Amino acid sequence: MTTHASSAPRPPHQVLDATDVARVVTRIAHEIVERAKGAEDVVLLGIHTRGVHLARRLQTKLTQITGREIPFGTLDITMYRDDLRLKPARALEHTEIPADGIDGKLVILVDDVLFSGRTIRAALDALSDIGRPRAVQLAVLVDRGHRELPIRADYVGKNLPTSLREAVQVQLADTDGRDGVLVGDRDYTARSSQALAADPHLPE
Amino acid sequence: MTTYLIRNAQILGGAPKDIYIADGLFAEIGENLGHEADVDIDAHGLIALPGLVDLHTHLREPGREDAETVLTGTQAAAMGGYTAVHAMANTFPVADTAGVVEQVWRLGQEHGYCDVQPVGAVTVGLEGKKLAELGAMHDSAAGVRVFSDDGKCVDDAVIMRRALEYVKAFDGVVAQHAQEPRLTDGAQMNEGQVSGELGLTGWPAVAEESIIARDVLLAAHVGSRVHICHLSTAGSVEIVRWAKQKGWDVTAEVTPHHLLLTDELVRSYDPVYKVNPPLRTAADVEALRAALADGTIDAVATDHAPHPAEDKDCEWAVAAMGMVGLETALSVVQQTMVDTGLLNWEGVADRMSRRPARIGRLTGHGRPISVGEPANLVLFDPAYRGAVNPDEFATRSRNTPYKGMDLPGRVHATFLRGTATVLAGELVEL
Amino acid sequence: MKRHLVSTADLTRDDALLILDTAEELAQLSGRAVKKLPTLRGRTVVNLFFEDSTRTKTSFEVAEKRLSADVINFSAKGSSVSKGESLKDTALTLQAMGADAVVIRHHASGAPARLAQSDWLHGSVINAGDGTHEHPTQALLDAFTMRRHLNPGAGKDLAGRRITIVGDVLHSRVARSNVHLLNTLGAEVTFVAPPTLVPIGIDTWPCQVSYDLDAVLPKTDALMMLRVQRERMNAAFFPTEREYSRRYGMDGLRMAQLPEHAIVMHPGPMVRGMEITAEVADSPRCTAVEQVANGVSIRMAVLYLLLGGATLADAPRTTDSSEAAQ
Repeated sequence: MTTHASSAPRPPHQVLDATDVARVVTRIAHEIVERAKGAEDVVLLGIHTRGVHLARRLQTKLTQITGREIPFGTLDITMYRDDLRLKPARALEHTEIPADGIDGKLVILVDDVLFSGRTIRAALDALSDIGRPRAVQLAVLVDRGHRELPIRADYVGKNLPTSLREAVQVQLADTDGRDGVLVGDRDYTARSSQALAADPHLPE
Repeated sequence: MTTYLIRNAQILGGAPKDIYIADGLFAEIGENLGHEADVDIDAHGLIALPGLVDLHTHLREPGREDAETVLTGTQAAAMGGYTAVHAMANTFPVADTAGVVEQVWRLGQEHGYCDVQPVGAVTVGLEGKKLAELGAMHDSAAGVRVFSDDGKCVDDAVIMRRALEYVKAFDGVVAQHAQEPRLTDGAQMNEGQVSGELGLTGWPAVAEESIIARDVLLAAHVGSRVHICHLSTAGSVEIVRWAKQKGWDVTAEVTPHHLLLTDELVRSYDPVYKVNPPLRTAADVEALRAALADGTIDAVATDHAPHPAEDKDCEWAVAAMGMVGLETALSVVQQTMVDTGLLNWEGVADRMSRRPARIGRLTGHGRPISVGEPANLVLFDPAYRGAVNPDEFATRSRNTPYKGMDLPGRVHATFLRGTATVLAGELVEL
Repeated sequence: MKRHLVSTADLTRDDALLILDTAEELAQLSGRAVKKLPTLRGRTVVNLFFEDSTRTKTSFEVAEKRLSADVINFSAKGSSVSKGESLKDTALTLQAMGADAVVIRHHASGAPARLAQSDWLHGSVINAGDGTHEHPTQALLDAFTMRRHLNPGAGKDLAGRRITIVGDVLHSRVARSNVHLLNTLGAEVTFVAPPTLVPIGIDTWPCQVSYDLDAVLPKTDALMMLRVQRERMNAAFFPTEREYSRRYGMDGLRMAQLPEHAIVMHPGPMVRGMEITAEVADSPRCTAVEQVANGVSIRMAVLYLLLGGATLADAPRTTDSSEAAQ
């Protein structure tokens, strides 16, 4: 059986390479220091899975810039998702809030891709059950558009206009062996890669 | 009376023969009979057996007509190939007086599907304390010869001894439901590996065996005969075998379900498998089959125990005990005994007709298929294969453990003294 | 995981670890100001209790409320159940009310299994203790407690840990659930009881049996005392309370025989002076109170894993495929 060449899904192509990712993280760290006035009361909270790795990289950068240890935590938003009933119950990731908590702090949520905004909505709900931050900001590596909620990012690594037929795949050395951002056809991805289909961020 | 010519039936599994039935009797048996009969039956491939006799049936009437009546129970019996059933005494009121046994007997006569031989209670109200009027029940129109408190054990040794002695006067027999009550207080299933895992109170084999041991000794001591109901364990087989070797007048029956099913089924907690005595282990099943084959166990008795749906559609502990069995007995025996090579059809006729009739002293049943004998006959198709469908049962209840199970064989026709009660697998309107 | 939790025998090692790890995450909640998650909003959980059990029922209720489920308490006392309504009719009623899960405590062994296999209701069935059969969430919280003390950490099991369970094994649903689960998690289980309180056929269970408590104590990492009901004495399972305590009760002297790291557990309610002395019950090695707290986390984990995702009740009931997918 053959398929028409023009209708065949396109393989993913790279839009950010490892150097780009590193540069973008550094830039966001500088923006945070600038806009948060030295990042004095900043708490970084990474959203599982890749948001945690990005947040850790940001923390390293911020420490280099400010010379201080920036509080860092992780957030699993599974219990707050609005699509829980679409799949069997998922295993929970570890939520760890820094010892001093988040009350009165500037919490910066960190995630890899901003898409519909539903993950961030869930994260905001989770935050409000954990404490009362002074303010909450959002840092993402990629903003691919198609928002379904009134949510925007405060720090964006790259704005990436995409169609809904496309899938954005963020790769980080911590989980994927290399850094990079790929864009490809959702159909192609679905057919070619089980790993992509399993990525919790794709069908956000 | 309608006359029947049955062509090419294999009598007791032998060579095909024609059977001519007239005036309620086997009028002629031979090859290529030329009679003009009212009804011709092509019995090619069918086995002809003498009408089956059940020593152990619960017809529930009077009292629990929601579960079964004498009419529906005898219709089920006919569908299963039976021409006589012994109706157990645990009705409401209990069959412990001449009045109740006569009523049940008369209902059987009126309906005409199957002879109903009432069993009389041994003790008043089945309470095990005071002997019922055994002689009056025997002297009644029902002519009771089998007495049993079935459902309960006659556990008092003195009462049992007296009953065994007393019925000698009219050649009666006490059919014992062997269950030591203290050892089975609150018992829910066979005591063994499965009961331990399921957390259900166990019914140990020893509770049956100890009573059987006691009763065969008692029977020997007073020179009576004793019959053991629904024997269910390998140990019981050993005791009965020993008693028979001693020459004592001991007989025993086994139910079809104890020949086929094991307590592993209880793991489902489905009360359709709840029965008393309980389903035992595979080793017990094997011992029971062997004992039925070698004649240590005399008879297959159904212990047909109908219960309305609500008594089974519940949690195990509160569910009623018992299974219906009249309409599946012969199929189960074919599967467990004939198809396994343990028993031939002649043996089946012996264990399901001749010997049970003799134990119950039913002179008109369990007789050979030969000219001049009353035409009690079942034609059975051993080649049939099909899943058991309880919705097709004639019994009023549906509590069969075989639902959906593929069992071999099917009753094609049943004749009671020359009258067809079942033809072409369907009940005949009488 | 299966759709129901009726027996710990149904749990694979992965299932069991998933529940323990999930419970470990959810245990954090008790340290938060807002001890509540929105996860089961709109789900209805019925606590169907045919037997009095304040402790288990409260524990489930707390767990359900912390997950924001709508909770209905349906107790046999004062309801139509005590007027002779059958289990089937009760189940049909709950189904009509739209129960997504039924937490059932029943005096009859097998009642939850019966509910789960019937077509009387479509929700998940969670066994909260049935007769002398099983009590799976108790075993899970026990394993959770043991893991925290003996091999802490997500993904860890109880491989090689020696667990001794003492008391009325014959009538204990806790013992039955524990033996399956502990075996699945790699632990070595020893039952200690008078022979009259050991079930027939235990030789086929994955455990050792001993009649001598003192011999087993030094080789024990976790000791679990089971409640012994006084009425067993009247049924001749043992001669007197005193004799039972002397042979199988836990006191300070016996506690000293345990290795230093070993814990003493009790599923409650304790019969002080019978199977356990106050000295042991109130010692820091006794985890009875901790077990209660862990019970809430475990029950939250079970409820979340059975109800948090897609359930059969969500899917149109046309094929079996959704069942197969679980």
